[in-house]
Amino acid sequence: MATIPNPPKPSMPPAPVGQLMSGSKILLECLVQEGVDCIFGYPGGVTLPFYDALYDHPIRHILVRHEQNAAFAAQGYARSTGKVGVCCATSGPGATNLVTGLVDAMMDSIPIVALTGQVSTKLIGSDAFQEADTFGITRSATKHNFLVKDIKDLPQILHEAFYLAKTGRPGPVLVDIPKDVFQGQCHYAPVAEIHLPGYKVVTEGHTGQIRRAAQMIWEAERPFVYAGGGIIHAEASAELTELVDITDIPTVNTLMGLGALSASHPRFISMPGMHGSYAANMGMYNADLLIALGVRFDDRVTGRLAAFAPFAKVIHVDIDPSEISKNRHADLPIVGDAKKVLRKLNQFLKETRNEFAPKTESAREAWRQQIKEWMTEHPFDRTASAEEIRPQHLIDEIDRISGGEAIVCTDVGQHQMWSAQLIRFNKPRLWINSGGLGSMGFGLPSAMGAQVANPDKLCFAICGDGGFQMSVPELATLASNGIPVKIIVMNNGYLGMVRQWQELFYNNRLSQVTLDHFPQAEMLAGAYGFKGRTVDKPSELRAALAEAVAEPGPYLLDIKVSPYENVYPMVPAGGAINEMVLGAPQPVSMK
Amino acid sequence: MQEIISLLVENKTGALMRVTGVLVARGYNIESLTVARTLDPTLSRMTIVVDVDDKQRAQVIKQMNKLVNVLQAQDLTESPAVSRELLLLRVRATAAEGHSKEARTAILKEAEIFGARVVASNVEGFALEVTGDPEKLDEFIDVMRSYGEIEVTRSGIVSVSLEAKKLRLAPAIALGAKEEEEEEILNG
Repeated sequence: MATIPNPPKPSMPPAPVGQLMSGSKILLECLVQEGVDCIFGYPGGVTLPFYDALYDHPIRHILVRHEQNAAFAAQGYARSTGKVGVCCATSGPGATNLVTGLVDAMMDSIPIVALTGQVSTKLIGSDAFQEADTFGITRSATKHNFLVKDIKDLPQILHEAFYLAKTGRPGPVLVDIPKDVFQGQCHYAPVAEIHLPGYKVVTEGHTGQIRRAAQMIWEAERPFVYAGGGIIHAEASAELTELVDITDIPTVNTLMGLGALSASHPRFISMPGMHGSYAANMGMYNADLLIALGVRFDDRVTGRLAAFAPFAKVIHVDIDPSEISKNRHADLPIVGDAKKVLRKLNQFLKETRNEFAPKTESAREAWRQQIKEWMTEHPFDRTASAEEIRPQHLIDEIDRISGGEAIVCTDVGQHQMWSAQLIRFNKPRLWINSGGLGSMGFGLPSAMGAQVANPDKLCFAICGDGGFQMSVPELATLASNGIPVKIIVMNNGYLGMVRQWQELFYNNRLSQVTLDHFPQAEMLAGAYGFKGRTVDKPSELRAALAEAVAEPGPYLLDIKVSPYENVYPMVPAGGAINEMVLGAPQPVSMK
Repeated sequence: MQEIISLLVENKTGALMRVTGVLVARGYNIESLTVARTLDPTLSRMTIVVDVDDKQRAQVIKQMNKLVNVLQAQDLTESPAVSRELLLLRVRATAAEGHSKEARTAILKEAEIFGARVVASNVEGFALEVTGDPEKLDEFIDVMRSYGEIEVTRSGIVSVSLEAKKLRLAPAIALGAKEEEEEEILNG
């Protein structure tokens, strides 16, 4: 299908200072100042004045087919660029439809600003048509939210919203704007400064603590780097790499942190946790020092907390003080921005190397050897079968095509875990998935946002057949805007991850997990005007993927994979991370 | 264990909701909460008593400090602080129900011991006002109950720290400033 570009919009000169302007125009002016080039949204009754102002404004607007996907697309935009993603919805149902996307962004600390319409200020509280208490509903779904009651406050609030979204620990911010604020007129002057007296962000880590950290790192015999999403948010990938290069310490990246250290780095192990590799989890378990960088000791990483890393002292670097010692006591806490802290830490490490490093060098060499052995002993399974397409085979082929450079967005479930295990990411911001909230239906819309932000990059949406069917309406958005996302449906006919748990922990009583009647990919994509293909033979897989990638527009690939594969290794919920199920049903425990 | 939290909060719509929301989201029960303006009318002081596991006390303060509208959050549970509560109590003491004049006199005597003030008096009985720490008020209630039917309204405690703690506020942020400058501002 031919890519249909949006018609070029006229460029607008900046608004003259002090001019009488409508709330809608002021809003657009502030968005331009914040560098917004794209909004994902869906109009409605109370946002009519805003959409009227947008009609001849240069900011691009992508009309999604459901507001939830506007929030996910804004996240895809933000996660792939580091810039603030923007989504927009009308009052009532429009706003409530955003909520899942907001909570998702909150859990993964993603900077997005959501603009919602609200009924006119005079009608607020009267149960007016399409009224919902958006301010109340989204209080716990956002880092902060605003209700604009006076047009005079609008510019100030808008800039505060962007500032809050992108600084400190990033997160979603919602601005609720009543219809009469959109319509009202006000003399507009650009905002020179904002003041948030209660918003204190410590970015410089405590120098003394960082100095102590350097000494602890050199003195450790079995040090281990546990780096997460905070490295990505802080753009500290280069600093992390330098740390690992200086110290030669084995490193894991969490599900949120994949790409922080290149998968091709010799010290990179894999993801740790529930479906992490044997070596990653054994490394965590046996380490005598955990260098935790921008992570939150999530239960999916730690398994049973009491048995997590029992021999390790913990250095915890995080920009959010409330994460320090929340789940695991930090022996050495450092509150600060990962990039700044790592710069100092690397400096101190270099300065003190000769003093401390020689004493532990032989022990550390043995530790690296041990990790290598674990890696060779139990690598991730990526074998193929000649009879049917194994899911691991599919992901391995995507990995081959990507070569560590493609943007990969996933849904939630088995395919997500296999993708995290098997696809290599050589850079940050390539791997996009719903980690904390685990929202099905995330993959396709987030890929849409990532692709819009990165029009020249290869962008995959890997979905399960469950999650994909939650996002089907967005096929129209892809087609309408010519967004060339390659959708790969890993189709096993089941809600695979739920089935895996029913098999393992509920006596194989498969309750409500069968997904039959999957639409035929050729016909489904064809109905939207682009190409689709169903593949069920291993021999056709490579060529089919190549064809999808070569297609200039979007492409839907339905890959029928062997239905009964499960994700391993697996740490059962509540288990200790050194007690992984490696594929066979018996647990393996090592001292 | 009961934690006493003192908050300095921007006096803005929704600030109270944010504070209580943090506690509710973590399943903590609020025992009492008071809120009123400070000398600066744009700010409010809250004193919250909340039932929290001892190990979680620091985490609650950190969560409070994360709120954009909260300027300062302090745990006063073990730090030097004075806590007081106001109690308004109506005790029924009427001659018609057989209460003698002596009983009414005894109530007034007892009130005096507790430093309570009579704020209303009629043939039905008295309305009394007393302040003190919560334990003293509990005792006062017990004593008054022995004289007859009572009705009680407690304010919840208000606390003031006895240590001067410097209020650290984030300075204004110039828009369009380069990132480096912004960080300098943030770090003072």
